[in-house]
Amino acid sequence: MGKKKTETAPFSFWSWVIASIVLRLILIYFPKNLNLASRPEVSTPLTSFRRLAEGYWLKQSSMSPYAGSMYHGSPLLLSLLGPLTVKRIEGQPNHLLYSLVSVIADVVSAMLLRATGKSLQLTYLRSLESLDLVKQIRFSEILSSGDVAALIYLWNPFTIVACVGLSTSPIENMAVILCLYGACSRRVPLAAFGWVIATHLSLYPAILIIPVIFLLGCGPDAPPRKLFLQTNQQEKVLNPSKLPPAFSWRPIVHFVFWALLWSVYVLVLCGVSLRQFGGLLEMFKSTYGFILTVEDLSPNIGVLWYFFAEVFDFFRDFFLIVFHVNILFMILPLAIRLHHHPCFLAFVYVAIFSMLKSYPSVGDSALYLGLLEMQFSFFLFCGYVGVSLLSPVMHNLWIWRGTGNANFYFATAMVYACLQIILVVESLPLGTMEFPSNRLMAVSSASELCLPPFAVFLPLTIERDPVDGRQTFLERDAFQYRGRARGMHVILPVKCKWEVVMEMIGMGMD
Amino acid sequence: MGFLQRPFVVLLLILTYQLLQCLVAFGSVNEGDQKQEQFSEELLLKPLPDRKVLAHFHFQSSAPPSAANGRHHHLFPKAISQLIQKFQVKEMELSFTHGRWNYESWGGFDPIASSNAKPPGVELWAVFDVAQDQIDASWKNLTHALSGLFCASINFLESTTTYSSPEWSFPPASGNLRYGTLPREAVCTENLTPWLKLLPCRDKAGLSVLLDRPSIYRGYYHSQRLHLTARGSGSKEMDSGIVLDQTLTVVLQPNSRRAGMVHASENHIQPSWSLSSMFGKQVIGKCILAKSSNVYLQLDSSLVSPTNSITSENFWTNPSFELSANPDSLLIEENSLHSKGLSVLYKFQVENYSESEPFDLGFTWKNPVIWSCQQAPLHASRFLMGSGNERGAIAIFLKSKQLNEGFIGFNADNERCELRVDVFQVVPWYVKVYFHSLQVFVDQQPKAVSDVIEKIRVSPSKDKVSPGMMEIVLKLPCRVKSAALTIDFDKGFLHIDEYPPDANQGFDIPSAIISFPDFHASMDFPEDDSMNKSSLLSKFKEKSPVMSYTEVLLVPLTTPDFSMPYNVITITCTVFALYFGSLLNVLRRRVAEEERFLKEKAANKTGGLSMMLSKLSAKLRGRPWEPPQSVQHLSSFINSKLVFKVILVAGLAVGWQYFFS
Repeated sequence: MGKKKTETAPFSFWSWVIASIVLRLILIYFPKNLNLASRPEVSTPLTSFRRLAEGYWLKQSSMSPYAGSMYHGSPLLLSLLGPLTVKRIEGQPNHLLYSLVSVIADVVSAMLLRATGKSLQLTYLRSLESLDLVKQIRFSEILSSGDVAALIYLWNPFTIVACVGLSTSPIENMAVILCLYGACSRRVPLAAFGWVIATHLSLYPAILIIPVIFLLGCGPDAPPRKLFLQTNQQEKVLNPSKLPPAFSWRPIVHFVFWALLWSVYVLVLCGVSLRQFGGLLEMFKSTYGFILTVEDLSPNIGVLWYFFAEVFDFFRDFFLIVFHVNILFMILPLAIRLHHHPCFLAFVYVAIFSMLKSYPSVGDSALYLGLLEMQFSFFLFCGYVGVSLLSPVMHNLWIWRGTGNANFYFATAMVYACLQIILVVESLPLGTMEFPSNRLMAVSSASELCLPPFAVFLPLTIERDPVDGRQTFLERDAFQYRGRARGMHVILPVKCKWEVVMEMIGMGMD
Repeated sequence: MGFLQRPFVVLLLILTYQLLQCLVAFGSVNEGDQKQEQFSEELLLKPLPDRKVLAHFHFQSSAPPSAANGRHHHLFPKAISQLIQKFQVKEMELSFTHGRWNYESWGGFDPIASSNAKPPGVELWAVFDVAQDQIDASWKNLTHALSGLFCASINFLESTTTYSSPEWSFPPASGNLRYGTLPREAVCTENLTPWLKLLPCRDKAGLSVLLDRPSIYRGYYHSQRLHLTARGSGSKEMDSGIVLDQTLTVVLQPNSRRAGMVHASENHIQPSWSLSSMFGKQVIGKCILAKSSNVYLQLDSSLVSPTNSITSENFWTNPSFELSANPDSLLIEENSLHSKGLSVLYKFQVENYSESEPFDLGFTWKNPVIWSCQQAPLHASRFLMGSGNERGAIAIFLKSKQLNEGFIGFNADNERCELRVDVFQVVPWYVKVYFHSLQVFVDQQPKAVSDVIEKIRVSPSKDKVSPGMMEIVLKLPCRVKSAALTIDFDKGFLHIDEYPPDANQGFDIPSAIISFPDFHASMDFPEDDSMNKSSLLSKFKEKSPVMSYTEVLLVPLTTPDFSMPYNVITITCTVFALYFGSLLNVLRRRVAEEERFLKEKAANKTGGLSMMLSKLSAKLRGRPWEPPQSVQHLSSFINSKLVFKVILVAGLAVGWQYFFS
């Protein structure tokens, strides 16, 4: 059974990837891209394709692309993607080339996710090795978590919609994933490049510098060092060589250096392309300034547009500060609590800023859902499906038919925000779980052994036999166990003792 | 005595000064007409093809350059001259219009249609003679001054979102031009009264007596306009310091009282009218202060050409109509570009009439006549496309009239005959135009933009800062049947305070201006006496490009729920509190197992140790074992610290007591 799986898995992975590309192409060939490009859920003022085309047109007619308040993206995107907005191939859909770029961005993101998952797997393998547990685990039987993550990213309806809807969010997402991939695989220049580009494109990924620093400093997943010390103390064997690496500053200095280098590079490029149109100051004003001062009040799936359309003018600045500080406030507590799991920390950050950002779109949700890679609880799943069905309906009632009003659409946005909050809050305990209990003391060091697909994982415990002190795994052929803990299915790819798992899940539940 | 005498002396001085001034002024009258303030009043009447009558009042006041006679004026309104001095206005035009000029039946080619037909609401443009960076400030002050002067909300034009600065598509093109419109402005008597106040005789004497409010506002269209031209004294044209043209254009429907009585065939006859039947007043005499006071009756070229025999002898014995008063002279248009025939002016001098014999021009049709006015080369109309409140498109549609084959003939000899059309369009910022989506259709065939558009200048709208402006020069082939420009836009979403009180009515997009620089709307009526030139006719003679305004568009925008601000604020803040609170709670909470473990630790300690100590030991756990002394030492240290604190507080209290007692 297991053997069959190992043979079919890679094949099926690639076929699923190809199928997802084919699906995108089919959707692209629909007339007018199914009108997805004008959906407020897909294209925000920052990512809208039409605004990109307008910016390019303005630039072509030798005006500043930021002359009106149409375009708010990066001048680099304008130079790279702008020509594609006007290029047409006879007999093909209007924006085929641009759509192809989005598809490629999606596929590249998926591949990077896969590679990240693989590199995380390797890390866990190493940390298992340090506990001499590797013999018990046959990795060949483990469903590669990276594959799952990549496929979920590719098949997420939100990703597909953002890709077909000609928004620039696939590219922004690719930059974020590139940054995380670079950090996980310790390619410092790559990580710095991804971080700089992601920050340049949409500002919010700037806070990902914290997980990136943790990733570079102590490796993709560093269980607390003291747990290893405890373990070894009990076993009276101290093997420093097998300890997880301590926090090292060298890669971080490298990262900072490269980040500076890349940002100078990007700024110089932007400066060159905007030289005759007001320069960098105008760019910052109409990109970051536009993001921070929520100027555009057109409806989207966030909650800020309606709030700022209704709030009294003299409170506007106050609430702008409050809402942005809300993102910043959570950075430190999360970093303290989750610094052992930088990948998970990155996921939480991404989820938070895609929930609280000024102009959210489903493309942002696609990103954190791709990072999370978990199956929802039934409740959350229904919520997401419901919101994504209701939101167009309410929009239609309000905008097109005039029978509903703004409150209807705003209500779906509120529900969406609540769902995201629940998702983040519910997933957090999984990331913070450590088991320093007496009974499981010996194995708590290995508590992070479960292979996280990318970010969320359930700490796996391995029980030590009290009689002979050997660490045992259950011989039962449990290839993967999907336990429900805190409303989430968790993939446990390692054979493990049934009872332990049950106990652990029980703990998670209370 | 000395105290009493001083005011007398001052009074005497003032009186003598004034007398001297008057003398100087009268002296200047004698010196020559050039240096004098002048006022002239004229009225042009014109029957329109659709049974209506156009009345065009034209009052012109002029003042010599301000340097010549200081700040004192006899006829010229002081408010206006102060305005010009204060804001350095070079040229300015303000119009209040109600109704829409019907270009198709009232004509689009003659000077009245192209320079006196104005868009609905208020239109103001001004050219300033100040440095570039002060223009906006001058404009803002000017709008406020005019707003006070004319009892209108012109001050709304102060905001940068409402005015723009066209470079070349608006005829008095110059870099110092500002242009703004208020399409929604309701025009009524409160605007007319201050306008009449600028006339030396107000509406008490002269032609302005006819301006009876109920009859004017009953009309189909009325537009009161104020045009100012100020030339600096340094310029070569010394003849005109400030020229103020006040025009009022009304289109009235004469009462056809006899319609019911006469037999059916007479229904085709245009209604007859007289000044008293239209305005309810008669002209008693001229305004005494006016230099000239004339009434003209204009008959369109196509109306008189059938008679074919207009000579100075038989001009008032016309077969198709009859005049109740004998005109003083006849003027025939001269040297016109178009071959359609020439229009005719009957001139009546009001000074020949008196109170005993008031002037009441009656016009009676005898035969049914069908004619049409001269049309602009292309008839422009504008409409919205699309539905829903998210996006739409503006289309400007230019349609050729088959009638005007004649005018195109003038340059049809060369093969590549082209018709130049300038389009000037201002859109408010909440109509977010995508300029890249501009499409041009010529004869219903889509054309590449670069083939048709010779020159384009856009200034994209900035949210809440400036409106979008588009100036386009189109080069269309002469034989074009129809041309259309479409441009997509997204509708913006405004803050709750930015909606007007009747938000669901929609928002107006100001008229676009379509002008044809190749064609000049001018009519030349040679006058017999060059000494006494009519200001109206010299206006007609000026070569100004043919212009037409399109319709004002009404764009409905979605509205938020105006009753919701508190609900939205509270609900959103609740969601944020939920986010913040629950996230912090989760971060703070330990996992159950962890807590149990800590509790067990606490229970294991024998009762002798304090809570603090157990915590300390928990913290120290995992480190090499430390001697108990250190713990002792630590605890004693903390005790001494406590004691120290207590002593400190007590000391402070004692000091406080001592200090204040």
